[in-house]
This record gives sequence, structure tokens and C-alpha cells, in this order.
Amino acid sequence: MINILLITFLITLFYVAIANRLLTYVKVIALQGVLLFAIVFIQLNEINPLNLILILLETIFFKSIAVPVFLAYVIKRNKITREAEPYVSNFMSLIIVTLICVTTILLVNSIKDKELDKIFFVVALSALFTGVYFIISRRKIITHVMGYLIIENGVFILSLAVGSEMTMLVNIGIMLDIFVSVLVLGIFVNRIGDTFEAMNVDNLSNLKD
Amino acid sequence: MFIYYLISIVLLGLLTWLNRNKGLRILLLVLFLSVQTAITIYSFYHLNQQDAGNNFSYDSLGVIFLTVLTILSYTTVFHSYLFLESRQDSSRNQSLYFAALIILIGAMTCVYLASTIGIMWVLIEVTTLSVAVLIYHDRTHLSLEATWKYVFICSIGITFAFVGIIFLSKALQEAGSVNLAFKEIPNHLQNVNTFWLKLAFIFMLVGFSTKMGLFPMHTIAVDAHTVAPPPISAFISTTLMNVGFIAIFRTYSLMAHSSILPWMNHILIWCGCLSLVVSTAYLLKVNHLKRMFAYSSLEHMGLAAIGLASGGIGYFATILHMVLHSFVKASVFYQIDQVHRVFNTYIIKKTGGYFKKNLTGALVFLLVFVSITAMPPSGMFVSEFLIFRSLFESHHIMVFILVLLLLTLIIWALGKNIFSMLFLPGPDSEVTTFKPINPWESATQFILLVAAIYIGLNPPAGFVELINDAVMLLPK
Repeated sequence: MINILLITFLITLFYVAIANRLLTYVKVIALQGVLLFAIVFIQLNEINPLNLILILLETIFFKSIAVPVFLAYVIKRNKITREAEPYVSNFMSLIIVTLICVTTILLVNSIKDKELDKIFFVVALSALFTGVYFIISRRKIITHVMGYLIIENGVFILSLAVGSEMTMLVNIGIMLDIFVSVLVLGIFVNRIGDTFEAMNVDNLSNLKD
Repeated sequence: MFIYYLISIVLLGLLTWLNRNKGLRILLLVLFLSVQTAITIYSFYHLNQQDAGNNFSYDSLGVIFLTVLTILSYTTVFHSYLFLESRQDSSRNQSLYFAALIILIGAMTCVYLASTIGIMWVLIEVTTLSVAVLIYHDRTHLSLEATWKYVFICSIGITFAFVGIIFLSKALQEAGSVNLAFKEIPNHLQNVNTFWLKLAFIFMLVGFSTKMGLFPMHTIAVDAHTVAPPPISAFISTTLMNVGFIAIFRTYSLMAHSSILPWMNHILIWCGCLSLVVSTAYLLKVNHLKRMFAYSSLEHMGLAAIGLASGGIGYFATILHMVLHSFVKASVFYQIDQVHRVFNTYIIKKTGGYFKKNLTGALVFLLVFVSITAMPPSGMFVSEFLIFRSLFESHHIMVFILVLLLLTLIIWALGKNIFSMLFLPGPDSEVTTFKPINPWESATQFILLVAAIYIGLNPPAGFVELINDAVMLLPK
């Protein structure tokens, strides 16, 4: 079951690579939040109310409700055109994401570790690098924030793969940090929208020597 | 005790933000400075003790940099006040500025003293967010661009650092430990898969170098310097870089006893050399005063990375270098505020004849030139000399030659620009429409520069003991 969910997550990455509209990106990010919740829920050994609330808050409430709603609000407020306008064609994007995926599979297969949960690592690292690729290849500033969110989701899966036991305090801290940084990034997107005509990164190249 | 410190910082930050009264603001700032001083003094009396549920500890490394931070927070608050008064900012902007400053200083204090890697990570992100408010103070196109880049790239960098932490905990898991406290980790890293450790180190180095301003991620710090208010530049270049340095130093010392030590040294040497090459290349063509000193910070961070990698006396020299660099670089940026008030620009070519216009400020710059290029009376001469000695002792002759060549070029580039500003007549040297600057405003800079010289040439015994204690766990 977990494998199916993880592969679905991987497919969403491909879907983003060829998606045209910004709202599709937002929806995919919301879907990823739900998938993450399902994965964590199945992986839980014991149901601990406090833990469950924290996970619910982090995945369902934060990743698939609060952030997508906020992103949709930012898009609407700044009247951003609904196309994503990438630098490269969708076909090339698809090929590049596939290449990233293949490379991570090869990389993970080269690790000599018996206890390694390979599929987790493949999906997590693919999400990480795909997120970076989206940031590089998209022109709109709002898509950069979305790339950042995809990276965050990849990191989330990675931390599940390792099963690292961070203390409660750290967990809450991480959650708050990400939440606040998305909020701050959103505020700055709004500012950029107010300041410049079009919200492209091309506007942000005045600082140089 | 530390819990009370945290609560009072949050409260003071909140009150400063809400308050619009000028007198009350000064009172709150004085209160904040006394709280900051109190925690510093407290940390000296409780060296190597845990606090706040084992999440923070007053270890030597943290205490050294906490002291530097506390000293610089006095001067930064003072110069921020002068800066805001000279520009006659609105009361609302001043409140926001000082509130963000208080939170920033509090977050940096926590990073220095954090005793587990997770807490440190969370608080480093807090420093990014609070300094973003300060960088954006001018509300112009350029400051918007710089702030956006800073927040965005720092957030991604910090995420990469978190990936590194995940790999580290994977390695620890194999050793049967889940404890991520700095004290516990080295005990479990003897027989783990080095592949995980290498991955962890690379990711954490790249992530934390956004803060330290080392080679792969140095651009955002430079851009932030261009637009940030000068007193904040002083912080970005000194205490905030110390935050990155502490994170990298702690990561390094965690893994220093595993078998990847030579490999880590190799990576750090590369990082340092590339930082030096990049900073030299840009220093030769730079024309913006603040960017020039930002690249000079990049140079010094490169030297610190090289010192750390070469080991032996290099560990001691690196920490000394970071402390001295903090004092010198902070005074540079305080002085740059005066330069801007005189010339109303940061472009070096449009300045000139500073000696005639502001004698004390020009003297500061002369002293800064001597200090920052590490000429003999300066304290940094000692630390750089020790770094070179450790390079020599660890048989990095080629690196040594490269570093010396690049440093020569850097001295030439800095000298050319600083002396043209001090002595050459400017393009419009006749126009003098600036308010004369009170010589006493330069007093803090003289104090910091003289302190840097004194500490370098004749380090107090207690200070040496602290540094030795901080590097005690590293391999000899």
C-alpha cells in the first residue's frame, strides 16, 4: 500500500512537469499533502493522540489546506496569468524529470545498505531534485515558492524513510518555521506584485557587479 | 535561567513592536541590552553546564561568540539609533526595525548556545526570517529583490542542511542511537557507514554556508549587503556569519573522529580556495563600497575554512580569526554609514577627499585598511599567520602559495579603492551640503579596532583558555 502511495506521489511530479496552469500546481501540492498523510498514517506503529494531531496538523491542515488556499489567494490578488510560462517546453521538462528519476534510482541502487528502504529514497530524492529543477526552469516567482514546497515534501518523505525520531519540540519548531517562511515568501510575492508590472524573475536581476 | 531569557526577549520584541513612543523605545532597548548582558555574564559563571531541559548549554565555543555578539549588539543598537535619526524614519518603521533587531539578536544567542542539532536548525531559520525584515527596511525595488533572494535561497539552503541532518540521523541509527545532542553524537560515529556521513557533511556544509557566506552560496549575502542599513550589514558580516561558522564548526567536530576526516578537510580546502578566488576576482572590479567589504568578508570566511581544514594550530587560529574579523568588519560598516551621510552614495568613484570632509572617519578607515589586510600591528596578522603556519605544517604548500598570491591581489584592490576615497579629490569635491559629523560617533569604531589589535597581539589568558577548551575535542 505504501508503495502505491509513493509511486502516486512520484507520478504527481511528472504531472507538474507538464502542467500548464498555476491552479493545477496548487491542486497537485494539495494532493501531495493528502498522500503524505496517508503514508505517515500507514507507517504509524501505534496511535498516539498527540502525535496524530501533530501529523494531521502538519499534512492535512497545513500542507493540503492552508498553503494551497494561501497560494490561490496570492495568485488571485496579484492577477497572475494562469499559465506557468516555463523557460523550457513541457516535453523537455518531462524528459528532464524522467532523467532525474532514473538518476536517483541508479544512485540509490548503488548504496550498499541492506536495511535501506529504497523506494522511499528514490521518491524523496526525486522530489528534492525536481523541486530544484522547477525553481530553475520556471519564470514566475510564485512557481518558485511551489518548487520550494515540493522540496519540503521531498524532505518530509526522506525523514520518514529514515524514521528519524526528532523530539516533539524540534518537530513543532520545524513545522512553524516552514509555515512562517511560506507566509513570508507569500508576503514578498505580494510586494513584488505591487512593485513590478509582471511577476517574473527577469525583474530581479538588478543587483550585480 | 535560559527560559527566562527567551521569555523576556519575546516580550521585549513584542513591546518594542507595539510601542510608538520614543522615550519608551529607548528604555526598552536599554532593558534589552541589560538582559543580553545578564545572560552573557551568567554563561561565564556556568561554563559547560546544561540549561532549559538540556536543549541549551553554555559551552566554550558558544560563550566566545555570545560575548562577541553582546559587545556588538551595544554598538549596533547605538548606530542603528543614529542611522534612523539621521534619516528621520517614521516611528512605525523604527519600532519594526528594533523589534526585528531584538528577535535577531535573541535568535543568534540561541543558535550559539543550542546543544542539539535540531534546535540549532530551527533557530537558524528564525535568524533568516528576522534579518529579512531588517534588509527590507528601505522598501525600494532593490531591497525587495535582495530580500526575496535572501529569504528564498536561505530557506532552500536551510532545507538542504536539514536533509544533511536526516542523513546524519540515518548513520546514527545504524549505530543504535537516536540522540542528536552534540555531545552524544561523536561517541556513536566510529563504525558507521561513511557514505551517509559524507552525504550528511556535504548537505550541511552547503546549507549552512548560506549563513556563513562561503563559496557556493555567497551571492545572497553580498546582495543583502548592498541594500541593508549599514548597522545591519555589520551584523550580516559578523555575527550572522559566526552563526554559519558555528554550525559548520560543530558539524565538522562531530565527524572529526570518524574516518572521513581527510575527505572533509579536502572539501573545506576547496571551498576556502574557491571563496578566495571568487572574492579576489570581484574585488578587482567592484565599485560599490558595501559590496567591496562584503567580498572582503567572503575572503575572510574562505581563510577560516582553510584554517579549519588544515588542523593543528589552525583550529585555534580560525576561532581567533573569526572573533577579530567580527570586531574589524563591524567597525567598517558603522563607518560606512558616515561615509554615506557625507557623499550620499556608495559608489567608490563618486567619493573622494574623505580626509578633508571627516577627519576622524578617515582615520578609522586608515586603521581599518591596516587591520583588514592583516598588516603587522593588526590582530588579524597574528591569526592569519597562524593559519599559514598550520597550512605549512599540514603540507599544503600549493594551497599556501595560492592563498598568498590571492591575498596580495586583495590587498592591492582594497588599497586602491580605500585610498582613492580617502585622498583623491572627488568628481564634485566642491559641493559640500552634508551635516558635519560628530567625531564622537567614531568612538565605537576606534574602541573595536583597538580591541581587535589588543586581543590579537596579547590575547587575555581567559580567552585563550576558552578557545583551547572549544577545540579540545578535535584531533591534534
